[in-house]
Order: sequence, then structure tokens, then C-alpha cells
Amino acid sequence: MELTTFWFILLGVLWTGYFVLEGFDFGVGMLVPVLGGTARGDAPGAPEQEKRRRVLLTSIGPFWDGNEVWLLTAGGATFAAFPHWYATMFSGMYLALLLVLVGLIVRNMGFEYRHKRDSEAWRRGWDACIVGGSVAAPLLLGTGLTNLVHGLPMTAHLAGSTTYTEFSGTLLSLLNPVSLLGGITITVLCLTHGAHFLALKTQGEVREGARAVAARAGVLAAVLAVLLLGWLGAERGSTASWVTTVVAAVALLAALAANARGREGWAFVGTATTTVLTVATYFLMLFPNAINGRGDDPALTLDAAASSPLTLQIMTWAALIFTPVVLAYTAWTYWVFRKRISTHHIPTATASVH
Amino acid sequence: MDTVDLARWQFAITTVYHFFFVPITIGLSALVAWFHSRWLRRRDEDDMRLAKFFGKLFTINFALGLVTGIVQEFQFGMNWSSYSRFVGDIFGAPLALEALLAFFLESTFLGLWIFGWGKIPERLHVACIWLVHIGTLLSAYFILAANSFMQNPVGYRYNPETGRAEMADFVAVLTNEVQLVTFPHVIAASYMVGGAVVMAVALHKMRQAHRGEASTLPGVGGPGEIPMWRRATRLGAVVTLVAGLGVAVSGDLQGKVMTEVQPMKMAAAEALYETPPDGQCAPFSVLTIAGLGGENPKHVIEIPCLLSYLGTGSWDGQVQGMTELEQEYRARFADGELTQADTYIPPIAMSYWNFRLMIGAGLFAAGVAALVLVATRRRAPGVPMQRWWKPLLVLAPVATVVGHSFGWIFTEVGRQPWVVHGEMTTAQGVSPSVGTADVWISMTVFTLLYGALAVIEVKLLLAYIAKGAEPFEEPRQLEDDDELAFAY
Repeated sequence: MELTTFWFILLGVLWTGYFVLEGFDFGVGMLVPVLGGTARGDAPGAPEQEKRRRVLLTSIGPFWDGNEVWLLTAGGATFAAFPHWYATMFSGMYLALLLVLVGLIVRNMGFEYRHKRDSEAWRRGWDACIVGGSVAAPLLLGTGLTNLVHGLPMTAHLAGSTTYTEFSGTLLSLLNPVSLLGGITITVLCLTHGAHFLALKTQGEVREGARAVAARAGVLAAVLAVLLLGWLGAERGSTASWVTTVVAAVALLAALAANARGREGWAFVGTATTTVLTVATYFLMLFPNAINGRGDDPALTLDAAASSPLTLQIMTWAALIFTPVVLAYTAWTYWVFRKRISTHHIPTATASVH
Repeated sequence: MDTVDLARWQFAITTVYHFFFVPITIGLSALVAWFHSRWLRRRDEDDMRLAKFFGKLFTINFALGLVTGIVQEFQFGMNWSSYSRFVGDIFGAPLALEALLAFFLESTFLGLWIFGWGKIPERLHVACIWLVHIGTLLSAYFILAANSFMQNPVGYRYNPETGRAEMADFVAVLTNEVQLVTFPHVIAASYMVGGAVVMAVALHKMRQAHRGEASTLPGVGGPGEIPMWRRATRLGAVVTLVAGLGVAVSGDLQGKVMTEVQPMKMAAAEALYETPPDGQCAPFSVLTIAGLGGENPKHVIEIPCLLSYLGTGSWDGQVQGMTELEQEYRARFADGELTQADTYIPPIAMSYWNFRLMIGAGLFAAGVAALVLVATRRRAPGVPMQRWWKPLLVLAPVATVVGHSFGWIFTEVGRQPWVVHGEMTTAQGVSPSVGTADVWISMTVFTLLYGALAVIEVKLLLAYIAKGAEPFEEPRQLEDDDELAFAY
């Protein structure tokens, strides 16, 4: 296989890793007000409510930061392996990416600073940041990636004696129905995935609540995913992408069934599989392009976007040597913090001491 | 302002801001790891308390370094897409490696360190914080290698067919002579920051302990803590001084490399317009009062021949002036599409003053560190309680941090008009598809958001410093039903 294709697949792997991992912590972030909320009649700020919120946040505490590095690695790898892709995508989706950045910044600061002052108003403020960022980031990233498949307004340019294509639209050209559907679908999928994660990693009321949410969010995710992948498939589908689409849908239904039967591990594997196959479907519908052109506009092809063979070779060696190392210590982290947690694990004093 | 100016301002604001936190992260992670390791070896309770105390200041700081770092990685593509296309082949590789080798390491092992109390065997737990520190060093290596390529492009060849620079020798990119002197300079300066933070905070706590001020935490504060804080103060001061020496030595080497590969930057740093006549050496200007914007600056204080020595290693070495260099560059570069510029002379006052402010900030912090060592020596009477210590203790760590800012502003402004020296001008690197309004919006958003976060961060740091070091608790491995040692 030539290196351009290999790196295209590797980028697919990186985006997959990102959505499978950060996907669940996005979902947990969205669920802070739901499962840590007043649904059980606690007054806002009541000790029990606060402890439930802390169970949610602590369940992803050791992981979310490492999860986010998958996005940075995907970004860096795009820059190194397909500079034209990186340049066109990041400058073309300028304001959307600005919002992604703001969302990620306030969300991360929320995780890090929320527990650092014992004040109800302080916590409410950071909770809003966590929820806002956890919804905004997958919504915008989902919309952006769907646009790559659906097609962007593009014009051809000459560099040296080769042609590349440059984004020629505006922020509004990113806001088309199918791409927005893509954003919403990915967000709801993250929500379901996050609920499955919580059902698997917590004990007590949070676990029960997460299963109930997963049951409802899962149905919505399934309906949306079928609509989205059907719509995109009608535009760009191939035999292979239809196969991954069908398997993605089956995996989601299996996850729903597993959740209903209390098989929480399998439910999580189910939504993870759906996420893997959704990203695979997107990449199959992109290939051999990096960005599809809208209508008759020219596409940015992988060949035109790629780095020189030497850079790709160096990067290939680096990826082959270091990715297993990263996967190994990441897996170790998940092993260290494998135990379910519940409200009785949460130290009362922490808020004032740490 | 046009898009190029705006994009440059945004890059300057976001990068200088990001680099407030980076040297603290690099320097402080090493000192926290040191305290934690010392606890392991000696079982001295104070070491555990210091590791946790400075560990908290470290995590508060790390959070902001992390989020502002994400912006950095996106910004090349967002605002500088033509640049990204031109150099992606070379510049992208270290960035990708930085994420793969450094970011994963830092993020994962910091999570393990923060949440790992009582969950991981002690030795492994200490290894985690050292791995975080190694991650910060790797990260610095890759990003500085990328930056060094912009200062002194090596290991590439221009391909007219694709219209871009392509990789020829990656080892050459990673061992760029600019990189080999810049990396030690930045790392030594970062240890200086870590040392100065520990020194200043610890001496402040020592003075509070002497006054008998109590913390909001029960059982914390009071004269019993003086020996603990004294030791931390002295360690911080020693680190500041030793690192300061490293900064000076590496900076001297850097000056020589710079004179060779970017003579215009050196000339601008010295406001040296005319090349000294044959056989005459170049003086180092300490203070100049006028003429930095135009011609004929008034050098009020000069040290004869010092610039020749700093630039070339020989007291009568030849250093070229800006006028001569400008003529050379016009002849060489004025025809190329990517290399045309109105002038090849960088902003002189910015280069001149930032260079001096950088050196001054470093000298000031080293001076305070020396004073602290004298005042806290074994035979010194009691605790240094004079009032004038207070401003010094605030200014010393601040000086080390803004010293980094001055250094970077000098390095990047002195590189102008180039984005890649001799290959592409900054004006050519900007994103053609991003309008002025877009950049206005993003610059406003970043400035407001970063400003708000700075206020929050400083308040938190001060609150945690005021709170002091938690009382010692014997660490133990947790059972399944135990409360967690740390939870969000």
C-alpha cells in the first residue's frame, strides 16, 4: 500500500480514537446537570447532588486530558502528512474552529478549577462551562467533518506547477442541513456513549440514572445515525461504505439491547463500535479525496494534499514505533482506575482542602 | 491594520500568553518531582508536604498551559495557511511527533500522578511525575526544532514543481545548530523560573510562619514550619542561580550562532547601522537614547569591542551593520515572489530593547537569588523580615517569566520580515481565505478569554499560597471501599 493511503487510514484511526475516547467524556460532561441534577428532588447545591456531580467528574478525571491529545495528534499528523489538507480545512473553517477552541478551553478549565474553591456560585459557573463545552465541541467538530464528506465550495489554485484547491465559501456555507444533522448525530452518539461509560464505571444512583438516559438517548442516536449515514450514502456511498453503515447501525442496536439487559460493558463496546464504523464510513466516502468539492467544485485530492515521500516515511516509522507505547500506557491508566466509583468514595473534605 | 498585521498580533498575544505557563510547567515539574523523590529516599515528612503544595500550584498552572497550547497547534493552519502549505513537509513532522511523544506522556502521567495517590505503588507514582517532566522537555525539543527551522532553514530542498520546501534530511532539522543552542537556553531559563517560583513562595511562607500567621487550614502555619520553608527557599535560590549560569553560557553561544546565520538580527539587537571599518571591533551598546527608529542612534553607554566578542568569539571579529546587510539582501532576495520585502531590517527599537530587557530580567532574578542565599545562610540571624523583601519576592519570579517573553519577542521580531529566513516573508504566509473581520473577532475573543482566565488563575494561585502546605498524612494504599485520596 502506498504511504498516502496508509496515512489517510492512520488519520482515520486517530479521529476514531478521539471520538471513542473523548466521545465518552463529552457525554459525561453533558450529563452533569442531568444525572447530578435536581431530578431526585435535591435542592441545588445540596450535599447529595454535589456528590453525584463529583462522581461524574471523577469518573473521567484521570482520562479526559489524555483523550484530548488524540485530537492534537490528529491535527499534527494532518499538518505533517497532508499540509494542504491541514491548511485548507483549518483556515476554511476559521470561525467554527475558534468556537471549538473556546469550547475546549472553558470545558478543560472547568474540570481543573471547579473543585479548587468551595463556593456554590463558583461551581455553578464552571458546570456551565463544562456542559457548554461538552455540547459545543462535538457539535461543531461533527458539523465540520460532515462538511468534508458532503463537499465544500472550492476553487483551484496553482502552486509551482501543481494544482491544489482552496476553500472559497464562508461560515454560512458550513451550515447546511446534512452537516448540521451530522453535528447533532455525533453529539447524541457521544451522549449515549458517555451514559454507557457512566453505567460501567459508577455505582448506585448515578449508574441507574445513566442506564435510563442511555436507553432514551440510544434510540434517538440510532434514528439520527440511520438518517445521517443514509443521506450521506445517497450522495457519496460506495459498497464498502454501505457495509460499514449497516454494521454501525447493528452495533448501535446491539448496544441498546445490551444496556436494556444490564450488560454495561457490552453496551459501551457497542457504542464504541458504532463510533469506529461511523468514522470509517466518513473516511470511505472521502477517499481518494481529503475534502470533497461541493457540486461541480474540484476536490482536494489526497495526492495533491500529501507531503513528500520522505516525510511520510519518517512519520510512518515514528508512528509504528511509538503508537504501541502510547496505547500501552494509556491502557495501563484505564487499568489503574478500573474500579467503579460511587458517592461514598468521594471525600467530603476535598472541596476545601484541595 | 490589514490581515497580516492582525494575524501577527493575534499570534503574538496568544503565544506570549501561552509561554507564561510553559516555563513554569517545565521548571516546577522538575522541582515537584525532586521533592517527591526525596520523600521516597529519606522519608522526610516535609518533602511530602512540599511535593503536594508545589504540586497544586503546578496543576493550576498546567491547566492554562495546556488549553492555550491547543490554540497554538490550530493557529498555524487557521491564520497561516500559506505558510503551512509551504513548510508543512518539514514543520508538521516535529509538531506531530510532539503530540505523539510528548503530549500523550504529559497528559496521561499527570492524570496518573494527580489521581494516583494510594492507588499506585509509591515508586511508580514518583516515576509518573518524572515522566511528566520528561514530557515537557520532549515537547520543548520538538517545538523549538520547528522554530529553529524558521530562524535557520536546514535539511530541506525547495521543489519548484510543488512550490514548497520539502524534507531532505530530518536529522539535520532536529540538530539544527540554532536548535542545539536554543534548547539549552530555553530549558535553563525554564529551570530558572521554577527555581524562582519555589524560592519566592517559600521565603514568603517562611516570613509568614515567623510572624505566626495561621492558615485557614487547621494545624498549618506557625514557626514550626520555618525549617521546611527555609530548605525550599534555599533550594529554589540555588536552582535559580545555577540555571541562570546555564542561561548566560547558552545565551552567549546562541549569540555567536545568530551572528553567523541571522546577522541582521544581531545588528538590529545592537542598533548597529554601519559595519565598523576594517580592523576595528564593534562595541556593545548598553543604553541608547535616540535614533532607534531612524539613523545615527545616540549610544550613551558603550563597552568597546564587546559585541565583536559576543558575536564572533574574538575581540576584533567583524560584525556586519544593517546598511550593508540590507544591500546584500536586496541583491539576493528582491526578485523572488515569496522573498520580496520593502525592507529586510527588522523593527530596531523592539529588537534592541527586548534584548536588553531579557538580559536585565535574568540578571535581576539571579541577583535576588544570591541575596536570598546570603540572607538565609546557616549563620544568618533568624528570618529575613525586612519590608523590602516583599516587592523583591513578587518581582523575582515575574522577572524570570517575562524574561522569556522579552527573549521570544526579540527572537521573533528580529526574524522579520521573514517567516522562514531567506525563503518566505511573513506577509506571504498568511491565510488568503481568512478575512480581516474574522481575525478581529478571534483576536478579541482570545484576548478577553485569556484576560479573564489570567485573573482567575492568579487569584487561585494566591489563595493556594495563602492556604499553605497541608499537614502531613502517612500515605497508604487504599482499599476498594475507602474514600479516594483525591477526587474532582
